[in-house]
Amino acid sequence: MIELDNVAYSYSGEALFSGISLQLAPGAFHFLTGPSGAGKTTFMKLCYGALQPTGGTIQLFGEDLRSMDRDAVAYARRRIGVVHQDCQFLDHLPVAENVALPLTVSGQASPDQADNLQELMSWVGLSAKFESLPPELSGGERQRAALARALILSPDVILADEPTGNVDWEMSQRLLRLLVELNRMGKTVMIATHDLALIRAAKSLVPARVLRIAGGTLQSAGADL
Amino acid sequence: MIALLDRAKSLVTSRDAGADRVVPPSGFTVRLTLFTAAAMAFLAVFALALSLAAGRLANTWGEELARASTIRISAPEGQLPAQTAAVLRVLEQTPGVADARALSDEEQRILLEPWFGPDLPLESLAIPQLIEVMEDPTGYDAEGLRLRLQAEAPGAVLDEHGRWRRPLVAAAGRLRILGWLAIGLIGAATGAMVTLAANAALSANAQVIAVLRLVGATDGYIARAFVRRFTLRTLTGAAVGTGAGLAALLLMPVGGDTGGILTGLRFAGVQWLYPLLVPPMAAVVAFLATELAARRVLGGLA
Repeated sequence: MIELDNVAYSYSGEALFSGISLQLAPGAFHFLTGPSGAGKTTFMKLCYGALQPTGGTIQLFGEDLRSMDRDAVAYARRRIGVVHQDCQFLDHLPVAENVALPLTVSGQASPDQADNLQELMSWVGLSAKFESLPPELSGGERQRAALARALILSPDVILADEPTGNVDWEMSQRLLRLLVELNRMGKTVMIATHDLALIRAAKSLVPARVLRIAGGTLQSAGADL
Repeated sequence: MIALLDRAKSLVTSRDAGADRVVPPSGFTVRLTLFTAAAMAFLAVFALALSLAAGRLANTWGEELARASTIRISAPEGQLPAQTAAVLRVLEQTPGVADARALSDEEQRILLEPWFGPDLPLESLAIPQLIEVMEDPTGYDAEGLRLRLQAEAPGAVLDEHGRWRRPLVAAAGRLRILGWLAIGLIGAATGAMVTLAANAALSANAQVIAVLRLVGATDGYIARAFVRRFTLRTLTGAAVGTGAGLAALLLMPVGGDTGGILTGLRFAGVQWLYPLLVPPMAAVVAFLATELAARRVLGGLA
């Protein structure tokens, strides 16, 4: 689905990482960890085509990212649900319209026609927040709304960048269980986090591969996690 | 081009209403675009009226210029009838002259009435005899005619109206061109202002654009959100400005074309429909300007 081969990325002439190879296969569950500033967010952006690598190749659903025009990247992104730590909503639109935004931009349905919107909002526990504006939501509600938005197009891959960064432990467990449930449905999941406790908690729920990005390289994390 | 037409069509059919909603509705660019479009449309209506009025004036003067001239005969008493007959004979034989006739005393009295009043004793004054000459479409040789008149009727002077009207016709023609040039400049200024406002809106909504890209929006979709908004705003503003311009023209004094450019600054007949083209033209300018601005900004944000 997403394949990185010997990928390098430099920012302002300084190499952030190099020689990174990874294959996100269907149904896989990955954690990406590493110290702050190691490049976890940049790595995630490379995975959904928001950045071009400065070396190596990235394939999104079998197509070389370098040969894809911006429309092709946009279409590929509809198959990748992205959850950010800061969520990024359109604050002037109600939560329901924000969650349905991928449907709107892809022309698949208008927000009020989305068959699975109600079900999805209920699944993430936001049934009562349909008409609320994003600034009216708590941190946990925003994360769950972002997850619902990432899922509305039923993507093949879910990339979550520090999805539990702004929520308490109970909420982070709830979000983790949602992501594990999605993985059991066959979705490929990758979570970037520095929260080792979350990774340990996940290991009891799902056979996850843990990767560590540090010193400009990507390694499999040790069993001490 | 087909894609562009399809985009324009989607603006009219409201197919992109969803795209319109994703951009926050507020911002100073709303007022800027509305005001600019209204002001430019108001000016465009005046420039159009000026251009059309100048065109009418140039045509009227040009037609008269091409056809009419006058011969004035000043001769001692007793010689006037003979010289008048001689001039008419010369004119009969001059190629390019369609018609010539001596003005009657009554006609000459009417001509002089504005200066001397209605009771002018024409018989007791040495008033020159006037002969009106109408040219045919080929025209006559003015210099040749002057030489023949000099020989046949020494008191006759050919007064070509063109000598003083030609520069006026040229001026009216230039005024017409300047009017169209002004309309072109107004269109360009509208495009520049809309581009400026669209750039500001795109910059102010960088976060919105980032969210839209995150969820898989194409550049075309994002551009449409802005293009639709600016096009409709410009259309609204231009409609208001056009209405105000037409109302202002209706308040102008009426004097007909003979009154010159000042009293003729309005439309005639079907020309009153021409200003209705101003709002759609402004909308087309806004559509193209915003489309280009959006493409450029979105390309730079890659």
